[in-house]
Amino acid sequence: MAAKDVLGRRGEDVAAEYLEKQGLVVLDRNWRCREGELDIIATGSAGLVVCEVKTRSGTAFGEPAEAVTDRKIARIRRVTQAWLAAHGLPWCAVRFDVLAIVIEPGRPATIQHYREAF
Amino acid sequence: MGGLARSWSVALQGVDGTVVEIEAAIGGGLPGIHLVGLPDAALHESRDRVRAAVVNSGRHWPNERIVLALSPATLRKAGSGFDLALACAVLAASGTIPQGALHRTALLGELALDGRLRAIRGVLPCLLAARTAGLRRVVVPVAALAEASLVAGLEVHGAGSLAQVVEFLVEGTPLTAPDAVGEAGAPPSPPDLADVVGQSDARHALEVAAAGGHHLLMVGPPGTGKTMLAQRIVGLLPDLPPDDALALAAIRSVAGRLPADGLLSTVPPFVAPHHSTSAAALVGGGSGVARPGAVSLAHRGVLFLDECAEFGPRLLESLRTPLEEGEVRLSRAEGTVTYPARFQLVLAANPCPCAPAHDRDCVCTSLVRRRYLGRLSGPLLDRVDLRCRMHPVTALTSGEQGESTAMVRARVLAARAAATERWAAHGWRTNAEVPGPVLRSRFALSRDALRPLEAGLRAGELTARGADRALRVSWTVADLAGLDRPDRQTVETALYFRDRRAA
Repeated sequence: MAAKDVLGRRGEDVAAEYLEKQGLVVLDRNWRCREGELDIIATGSAGLVVCEVKTRSGTAFGEPAEAVTDRKIARIRRVTQAWLAAHGLPWCAVRFDVLAIVIEPGRPATIQHYREAF
Repeated sequence: MGGLARSWSVALQGVDGTVVEIEAAIGGGLPGIHLVGLPDAALHESRDRVRAAVVNSGRHWPNERIVLALSPATLRKAGSGFDLALACAVLAASGTIPQGALHRTALLGELALDGRLRAIRGVLPCLLAARTAGLRRVVVPVAALAEASLVAGLEVHGAGSLAQVVEFLVEGTPLTAPDAVGEAGAPPSPPDLADVVGQSDARHALEVAAAGGHHLLMVGPPGTGKTMLAQRIVGLLPDLPPDDALALAAIRSVAGRLPADGLLSTVPPFVAPHHSTSAAALVGGGSGVARPGAVSLAHRGVLFLDECAEFGPRLLESLRTPLEEGEVRLSRAEGTVTYPARFQLVLAANPCPCAPAHDRDCVCTSLVRRRYLGRLSGPLLDRVDLRCRMHPVTALTSGEQGESTAMVRARVLAARAAATERWAAHGWRTNAEVPGPVLRSRFALSRDALRPLEAGLRAGELTARGADRALRVSWTVADLAGLDRPDRQTVETALYFRDRRAA
């Protein structure tokens, strides 16, 4: 596993823990299909929450959330449809969140939660 | 934590400014900057400049979704002059600058990535618009401070960087104040009329042209002083009144041609484009929004076309509408702009391409000769009130020394004053501006004085418009002679300068 993937994995662990603390139930993680991958799919009182987790080890190259581009947003929407279809779910309210996580070496991770980011 | 803040700047369309309100809203989505309200490419790029400038000025950049709205939203906004206002709107929305500090303050200037404030074009017309809109104070780049201080009734501050502006707005740290507006020092004295040898006809024509604001055509062999005379007309004209000087400075500001000392020049402009000029340079042009050309830079002054027969016919024809209307309307992709262009036209030409000192030595065929000055079309020449033929200089020192600029100027100013007083009630300033019908009805001359005109019309030597122009010139000749109204002799003098044989 490459270093960036280790970091990403750790970020996703931190994110899942954070979401569960918020009272959400994580249904699925790293769900893949031909179109791409969803990082975290959770559910709560508000309906389905699709989470994109972006982790960086520093902000020298910009904030993590800035890396969520229009193309990525479009892909997440497509993959979400595939997920809904794969699980045979009817129409339901879906919220898209972005979790920007910065894990600097030797420091606790900081989490920035963008609710309804797109 | 959502924030909302407002700042103000000015958008220019030609020399007319519109105050633009810039709103910044922070929060509600992924980080990013969204600029709305018809920005052009340069303005769109200000998103990147503004962010870099704020960060490099040591201020906090909110890492959130930022929407910047420029209102009125339907007005096209161009250029980099909004950078400072955009940066301050963001800083106010994120709480760095108190919102009250931006109240009724226009912010102008382009930001460098390191936070320095760069000069922009057209600061002067921007400030005029801000003053009209009731704004109280403005912050401009230091480089534009001299220009900005020309506008009275506004609190003007000059800043060198974004950091200074923020300190000024937050803590009230004073910025550079404009120097007290100095009266323009004595302008370099224009060349003197006494230098011109002989040419009494042409000198008289020049005097009449200066006194009445009439357009002038000089035809004569090379080396007889056409160019010399034309350059000396500026010395005969009265200083520009403050309004006109400011209007001219606004045009120069838009064209990026304002002198750096920032003193308001009251010397009438003298613009002499080369005959290879393009139509865009002459009347104004350029892509996007058109920029002012030579006719506008000569506003309230003199446009001198030397060797006017060498100008392309299209160029000369393009002068007809500005001559008639006193302004040019230029339509380009991003809208139509109107620039003032009330100039006095002075044309100079050789009688033929070979142009020997004495006409009898000419080797051109009659066809070539006819074609040469034929390039000056009838409609254009009809607008030129005064035509005079220059005579070859036959002696290096003529018997009498010609009058100096100061002497002629005194007569010109007296004649102008008489004309201004006569037309004041009607809103005209010079005889050249008075419409023909008024000269024929309300200010009609006696039957006797009109007789030479009637004869000319009957003989087909004058058009109706030509007769009006001759009437106008005769009023100027009368003003110069100190007469109440033109008599037969002044009308004949006016007709002498109209004679088609001179061109």
